[in-house]
Amino acid sequence: MGEEIICEQVSLGYETGIVAEGLDFTVSSGDYLCILGENGSGKSTLVKALLGLHRAAGGNITRNFSGIGYLPQQTVVQRDFPATVREIVRSGCLGKCGMHPFYTKQERSLAEQNMQRLGIAALARRCYRNLSGGQQQRVLLARALCAADSMLLLDEPVTGLDPKAQTDLYELIARLNREGITIIMVSHDVRAAVQYASHILQIGAKKQLFFGTAEDYQKSEIGQKFLAAGGAAHE
Amino acid sequence: MNELRTLADYFIRYPFVRYAFAVGLLIALCSSLLGVTLVLKRFSFIGDGLSHVAFGAMAVAAVTGLTNKTVIVLPVTLLSAVLLLRTGQNTKIKGDAAIAMISVGALAIGYMLMNVFPSSGNVTGDVCSTLFGSTSILTLKKSDVTLCVIMAVIVIAVFLLFYNKIFAVTFDESFCRASGINANAYNLVIALITAAVIVLAMNLVGSLLISALIIFPALSAMRLFRSFRGVILCSAVISVLCAAVGIMLSILFSTPVGSTIVTADIAVFLVFCGLSAILKRG
Ligand SMILES: Nc1ncnc2c1ncn2[C@@H]1O[C@H](COP(=O)(O)OP(=O)(O)OP(=O)(O)O)[C@@H](O)[C@H]1O
Ligand SMILES: [Mg+2]
Repeated sequence: MGEEIICEQVSLGYETGIVAEGLDFTVSSGDYLCILGENGSGKSTLVKALLGLHRAAGGNITRNFSGIGYLPQQTVVQRDFPATVREIVRSGCLGKCGMHPFYTKQERSLAEQNMQRLGIAALARRCYRNLSGGQQQRVLLARALCAADSMLLLDEPVTGLDPKAQTDLYELIARLNREGITIIMVSHDVRAAVQYASHILQIGAKKQLFFGTAEDYQKSEIGQKFLAAGGAAHE
Repeated sequence: MNELRTLADYFIRYPFVRYAFAVGLLIALCSSLLGVTLVLKRFSFIGDGLSHVAFGAMAVAAVTGLTNKTVIVLPVTLLSAVLLLRTGQNTKIKGDAAIAMISVGALAIGYMLMNVFPSSGNVTGDVCSTLFGSTSILTLKKSDVTLCVIMAVIVIAVFLLFYNKIFAVTFDESFCRASGINANAYNLVIALITAAVIVLAMNLVGSLLISALIIFPALSAMRLFRSFRGVILCSAVISVLCAAVGIMLSILFSTPVGSTIVTADIAVFLVFCGLSAILKRG
């Protein structure tokens, strides 16, 4: 199994200051990594750094992957943007298009498949801006799936989905993972994390609190504390 | 009916009328294609800024006494498009401030140059025709038409070739970057063809009215259509029709070409606003 991402003593920050430091972990191909942490601990910033959208303030990030699908935590789309669901999902294929200007038949059918997978095929001709939050989330996920050859990076993908859709989504992601796609997911749902993920990375106040397999996490002191708290918050 | 016959007569008899239609419709097509992207990227005013730069460059060209002003105007405008884009991404000078700075700066310097080194006796007339478009569209030479056709073909071809990428970059830039698309390169492409369109459109409507030509068809189409492709097609049709009607009316009633076209665009916008209100209620 090749190592797709290696982070060595990475620190992250903005002009306003350091957000997190001492991040040290690796992601190998086929892994399912769940990133946990409180609001503002720097999870989204880490995801952007892994994608190369944000420069790390220090340390080293080695990236050996291509064809990554990304689901942002928030997509600020202007309210009046005219675009149908199909147009948006297809745009996920663009990274693979290279220089050729139009979508090939394969790419178009890939887009249709992914809309089927997420149950939004019936919405294909609808306008994105008139969909509900949960429907929009699925559209963006379908787009990410179109772009994902080997890796999927999801920033809080279940936000705004109803409980059944959440479970469906977790199952779908787990299936993709079994099919060989590496998953990195930011989440606040500790229980789902230990149930589905192979590895856990927990970030706390400015530093890395835990990195290891999900089993080790459940045995660790911090994991048990967080599980108890997370469980309580969910009941 | 009589008017139409007169017009048809002109069209057959005078080549300059045919040239005016060819150039006018091509420019309208190009500007509407870009308009949708510019409006959605919140760049509506880049047209304004660049056209003022083009005005300044035009003044410089007039001072140097060059016959073919495009030689100076085009490169200067292209360069400023790139500069505007760069400073727009700079966090210290925000995009709109950068545009405002460059546009009023160029306007001031251009106007001063025209006054200090007057190239003809009628400075006010010169300024007015550069700002609001002159009747020069009716005095086009064959070489102007050729240049315009070549530029228009390039703009349309680039737009069609990069259509999907332009959509993606407009819709969600960070996703594009994440999936390995060079978003900066496509932003640059957009800025460059915008500059080219503006230099073209200066002949038609003058530098003050270019923004109208760019944004009105796009805004009208966005009232009624839900897909990106639908909006682009609709705004192209609106823009070409309005240009045709505008040029016809201006020939028949000898009104200024630029403002007649823009008035037609505004009328369509109002109609579309009304239609969308009715459709929403019904
Ligand atoms: N563009 C920015 N400029 C300056 N500071 C920022 C910027 N974006 C985020 N921050 C700060 O960086 C810190 C980490 O933000 P980040 O979005 O990574 O948190 P997060 O862990 O994803 O939180 P959440 O669970 O709410 O999504 C926060 O304190 C935030 O205020
Ligand atoms: Mg976040």
